[in-house]
Amino acid sequence: MIELTNVHKSFGSNEVLKGITASVEKSEVVCIIGPSGSGKSTILRCINGLESYDSGDILVEGAKVDNKAPSIVAIRTQVSMVFQRFNLFPHRTALENVVEGPIYVKKEPSAEALERGRALLAQVGLAEKADAYPGQLSGGQQQRVAIARALAMQPKAILFDEPTSALDPELVGEVLGVMRKLADDGMTMVVVTHEMGFARDVADRVLFIDGGVIVEQGAAKSVLNAPQHARTQDFLHRVLHPL
Amino acid sequence: MQNFLRDAVEFLPILLQGVWLTVVVTIGSLLLSTVLGLLWALMRVSGIRVLTGLSAGLINVIRGIPIIVLLFYLYFVMPDFGVALTALQASILGLGIAYSAYQAENFRAGIEAIDKGQIEAAQTIGMGWWLTMRRVVLPQAIKIVLPPYGNVMIMMLKDSSQASTITVAELALQGKLIASSTFKNTSVFTMVALMYLTMSIPLILLVRHFENKANRK
Repeated sequence: MIELTNVHKSFGSNEVLKGITASVEKSEVVCIIGPSGSGKSTILRCINGLESYDSGDILVEGAKVDNKAPSIVAIRTQVSMVFQRFNLFPHRTALENVVEGPIYVKKEPSAEALERGRALLAQVGLAEKADAYPGQLSGGQQQRVAIARALAMQPKAILFDEPTSALDPELVGEVLGVMRKLADDGMTMVVVTHEMGFARDVADRVLFIDGGVIVEQGAAKSVLNAPQHARTQDFLHRVLHPL
Repeated sequence: MQNFLRDAVEFLPILLQGVWLTVVVTIGSLLLSTVLGLLWALMRVSGIRVLTGLSAGLINVIRGIPIIVLLFYLYFVMPDFGVALTALQASILGLGIAYSAYQAENFRAGIEAIDKGQIEAAQTIGMGWWLTMRRVVLPQAIKIVLPPYGNVMIMMLKDSSQASTITVAELALQGKLIASSTFKNTSVFTMVALMYLTMSIPLILLVRHFENKANRK
């Protein structure tokens, strides 16, 4: 349902994506791993039009992603995004954050949206925090609200941009747990992550990206357990054995 | 002191008429400058080059012209072009336009202080530019903008006295008229000063309230 064909992208003279070709099938969980600055996040940001790309094609359900075209709104409501730093709206409660899109973008009746919003908060284990403001929640709770906010748009896919990188270590598990449940329920997910355990256990496929190109890709277990490429081996060794 | 009190009782009713006009000019130009300032600020951050340039140019032109000249222009020059404004209309329009430049810069600073991640989050749930502004950016920017906005209110209250230069009989002009006909300069201008101060105090307290609120965040 998401297809990238030979996507190139430069920031000034710095080419961060050097011809990315990849696809994500429905209900598939794809993890993107790689060193920082390799272009992982840029791929996600191009897929839902937060960044434009210079050449190549990105299709979501057959529709070309072009962040200058009005069609981008429809694509964004189908492909939600969860950010590293949560980006919840601090002046709105958890529930208000969740229903903001359904009510103001999708024009759903507010009673209906609120009811569904509460159900989504319950789904991420935060039923009792509906009226709390983001500032009153821990990082893990905020990220779970952010996931509920993404789900509220009833997206066909969710993009996760290092969803646990800004969390204290003891809070990582609660967010990964929610993501694993989503994966089990058949949500299409593209996850940029440094959590190799999550990638191994939950992902169907893993893409290893370095220097703006896909160095290696394949079934999660084979890439992570038996990497073929020297750069992948080196990266995994450094991530798994930092000392 | 006794003389002052006697003068005060005598002149107060006339001066209060001036206070009324001062209040009308201040509130009118405050509202106008807020609306125009918001418009310039939104044009400035719109990302559309024509609007950005237009706004930046307008702000610089407005900032570069003294308020008094702007008032003269509106009141004495516009009739030559077939636009005859009353003195009150011209003063509200002139002060409103003059201050819209400062309001715009204040609003822009508030808008640009909002974390870019907020705008991206709004975009990823399908919000367009205006909805993002209305639901996400402006409600957060207000908290940043309020303390300087309060200061602008105080400055506008005092600068409303410039309307006297185009014959609006507000507090300063009423005082001057009484003083020049009675020669009781000390009593009259002391009263005028005290009355401006009295009107400023609630605004000063309001600014302090805003600042405390902003600091507590």
